Amino acid sequence: MSEDVTIADYQYPTQPTWCPGCGDFAILQGLQMAFADLGLKPHESLVVSGIGCGSKLPHYTNVNGFHSIHGRPVAVATGAKLANPDLNVVVTAGDGDSYGIGANHFLHACRRNIGITHIVEDNRVYGLTKGQYSPTSYKGFVTKTSPEGAIEPPLEPLPTALTSGATFLGRAFSGDVKHMKEVIARAMEHEGYSLVDVLQPCVTFNPGRSYDFYNERIYKLGDDYDPTDKQVARKKAEEWGERIPLGVIYERNMPTYEEQVPALEDGPIVKRSLDMEERSGVSYGEIKKDFT
Amino acid sequence: MVTDDMTIVFGGDAGQGIRSTGLGFIKANARSGLFPFGRQDYKSRIRGGHNFFEIRVAREEIYSHTEGIDLLVAITEETVTEHLEEIVAGGGIIYDEGLDVDPEELKDNGVEPYPVPLNRIAMEEGGAKIMANTAAIGAIVGLTGFDLSYIEGIIEENFAVKGDEVVQNNLDVARAGVEYVDSHGYSANYHLEPVPESEERMVINGNQAFALGAVAGGCNFVSAYPMTPSTSILEWITKHSQELSIVTKQPESELAAVNMAIGASHVGARALVTTSGGGFSLMVEALGLAGMTETPLVIAEVSRPGPSTGLPTRTGQGDLMSVVHASQGDFPRIVLTPGTISEAFQAGARSFNLAEKYQTPVITLSDQHLADSIRAVDPGIIDMEGVEIDRGELLTEEELDSLEGTYLRHEFTETGVSPRALPGHENAVYKTTGNEHTEKGDITEDPEIRMKMMDKRAKKAETALENDIESPIAEGPEDAEISLLCWGSTYGAAKEAIERLPEKGVRANLCHLRDAWPFPAEEVTGFLDGAEKTVLVEGNGSGEMKKLISQETGRVVDHEVLKYDGRPFTPDYIVEKVEEVI
Ligand SMILES: Cc1ncc(C[n+]2csc(CCOP(=O)(O)OP(=O)(O)O)c2C)c(N)n1
Ligand code: SF4
Repeated sequence: MSEDVTIADYQYPTQPTWCPGCGDFAILQGLQMAFADLGLKPHESLVVSGIGCGSKLPHYTNVNGFHSIHGRPVAVATGAKLANPDLNVVVTAGDGDSYGIGANHFLHACRRNIGITHIVEDNRVYGLTKGQYSPTSYKGFVTKTSPEGAIEPPLEPLPTALTSGATFLGRAFSGDVKHMKEVIARAMEHEGYSLVDVLQPCVTFNPGRSYDFYNERIYKLGDDYDPTDKQVARKKAEEWGERIPLGVIYERNMPTYEEQVPALEDGPIVKRSLDMEERSGVSYGEIKKDFT
Repeated sequence: MVTDDMTIVFGGDAGQGIRSTGLGFIKANARSGLFPFGRQDYKSRIRGGHNFFEIRVAREEIYSHTEGIDLLVAITEETVTEHLEEIVAGGGIIYDEGLDVDPEELKDNGVEPYPVPLNRIAMEEGGAKIMANTAAIGAIVGLTGFDLSYIEGIIEENFAVKGDEVVQNNLDVARAGVEYVDSHGYSANYHLEPVPESEERMVINGNQAFALGAVAGGCNFVSAYPMTPSTSILEWITKHSQELSIVTKQPESELAAVNMAIGASHVGARALVTTSGGGFSLMVEALGLAGMTETPLVIAEVSRPGPSTGLPTRTGQGDLMSVVHASQGDFPRIVLTPGTISEAFQAGARSFNLAEKYQTPVITLSDQHLADSIRAVDPGIIDMEGVEIDRGELLTEEELDSLEGTYLRHEFTETGVSPRALPGHENAVYKTTGNEHTEKGDITEDPEIRMKMMDKRAKKAETALENDIESPIAEGPEDAEISLLCWGSTYGAAKEAIERLPEKGVRANLCHLRDAWPFPAEEVTGFLDGAEKTVLVEGNGSGEMKKLISQETGRVVDHEVLKYDGRPFTPDYIVEKVEEVI
């Protein structure tokens, strides 16, 4: 790690197209600050995103970015991590992307404990498509596709992740960048899958879940909170209503997926020879013998 | 007339060891210098699970099975009733004498009965009923004059893990089978004589050949969701993944599989996805992502008949249009359509170079028939040593070190191919996106850049067509009255059909497309223009290649022979249908 990385290294000329006041600005800033804090240089990370307002994030910062398709960034990131575990792989995607169309990848990333950091820009609405209900919209949320109010209760990301085997659960809020930076930095330091669900105001399509709503309810977990206790963590993960906890809710060290893959024992495959014989010491003749 | 080109069918219930018996016999044939061609058929609709293993053996290399059975080996009565009509004149049945089969009735049908106490021999000589298969092999040896020592070799190898006693018992059973046939004076008009001083052969199927090509081609990452008939590629590579240092992953879905491969490839892996038509359908959106982000992607689509679940264990060529046109928008892709073991191996080996050279998806469209049928080949055609790795415009570490200015991932170039950096180097921090983008990888809606980017990507297809797309294979006399066109696994049967057509007084030749896309229009146009009467032979219901040819050449193929019953073509079938069209 080098000392001289600053947020300036992450500046990029493209101006975000987000609405003024959008909670995604803070997520961009929080991520840049976390990179700088950890002394990570832009070329050491790969930020993979899906499709949505929040998924445009890699375009607004100086970092390796792969802006993929709706619902699939966790899968793309998993492949990248498996091929090159030396990269710091981060996903930024919306709640629709992560918990709706991409929910299957989310569940399996949790239990797989693949070493990626998954930052969900959870605005509880579909922003890019201009205001339809999302998997985390509250029951009764009136949108263009739920004129009588959403019928389903919301998916609860943190308990779902915990049940699915996630080893790191964090929650942050766009209204507190400094705190968010800390949660993201800890998530990136965590070995294995880490989820950071960010309460992200969409001022345009979900004004009822904006800064005021969260400011009245959020509180930060203190230093005395023990995130390694799963029973306590479950309670905190489920806490939602009058009070909403922020911080690292759960963290447990378990072997990561990639460190258990035998083929990766001698280092990332992308750094090894493509010549099968050279890489493995097994000759073509031996392989062909199987067939005589 | 004694023939040395014969078809043997082993039939029985699932769990009776039909497959392993068949495989053992194939290996013995191959070692003796003969050329076996084997395929298994699961007739799951029949209660009791009747299935059969069919082996055609010849002295010359063969590329197809044929119709008609010379020798049926029946462990069950059902086998007799199922296959009786397929037995050729002068053919026969080896069956357990305990089965309710009337030898006189067989004779009336022109079929030789060869009752053998298979179960009794198994019990008396071996001590277990399961060895009835071995007794049957002995009986075949007795009838065909095949050299028992090759069978003994296989028995020793196959049963070694079970101990000396099991080996000895099986040897005794096999010998008793031979003796029984010899002592009862059974004879037949076909003969399986070893080929003296023949070369060692490999016994391999299309999926295995593709897998060997892939690993020789530098494949080091596989993500795939199991789907018949593609699964054995994933399984074979996974079995060797540890010793060969290949990351293999069976993820939650085909959506995950293809997107993982894209992620792995983006950072530099040679990533393979294996699937069948249904799984491919799920991957379609990601195919476009690979096209747009110019990420190399290798897919093996081993097809089976659709629509939907269709005939899951059978064969068909109904996915050509799907793989050639899948996904929204226009982007280049390469589609290989191998028809032989050699071509399947080459497809596996070439795919990764093509994907990296053109930074785009490369799809091998195979099918169950090529994937699963087992053939003996000269090991020279599985030339793993000869495979060279070409990463195209990939920037080396040294080139990256000396890179100056802003790196442009999607730089406009003459060939359409941009120098590619893998993420991780200080001098090439970059983005890419499925949105239309600038050379640098930033999102753009600029109409001019959009046009240029579309043209740049399209240019790669032209470059590939000029440099890497293999011409169709033309065989047979130039002055033919009938010209067949085919692609993929149908090549084997078509090849034999043009050899047989002269017997019917028809001079025939063929054109086999081993690479289907970008379409080799010039060569196909030339072939069509020089042909008298043309017939497209393919395994689907609507003549997909026929349509593609019209689309790409403006020429209409005169006739079509289509087959979409889930069964592979045979030379016999093609000959019969061709005679109908002339
Ligand atoms: C396969 C597919 N389906 C639908 C869309 C249209 N679409 C784009 S973004 C989006 C939802 C956006 O919501 P979310 O993921 O929560 O991100 P946000 O825009 O709120 O940040 C949808 C439905 C798409 N791009 N791709
Ligand atoms: S629509 Fe909502 S989420 Fe999208 S940019 Fe505007 S405020 Fe942000």
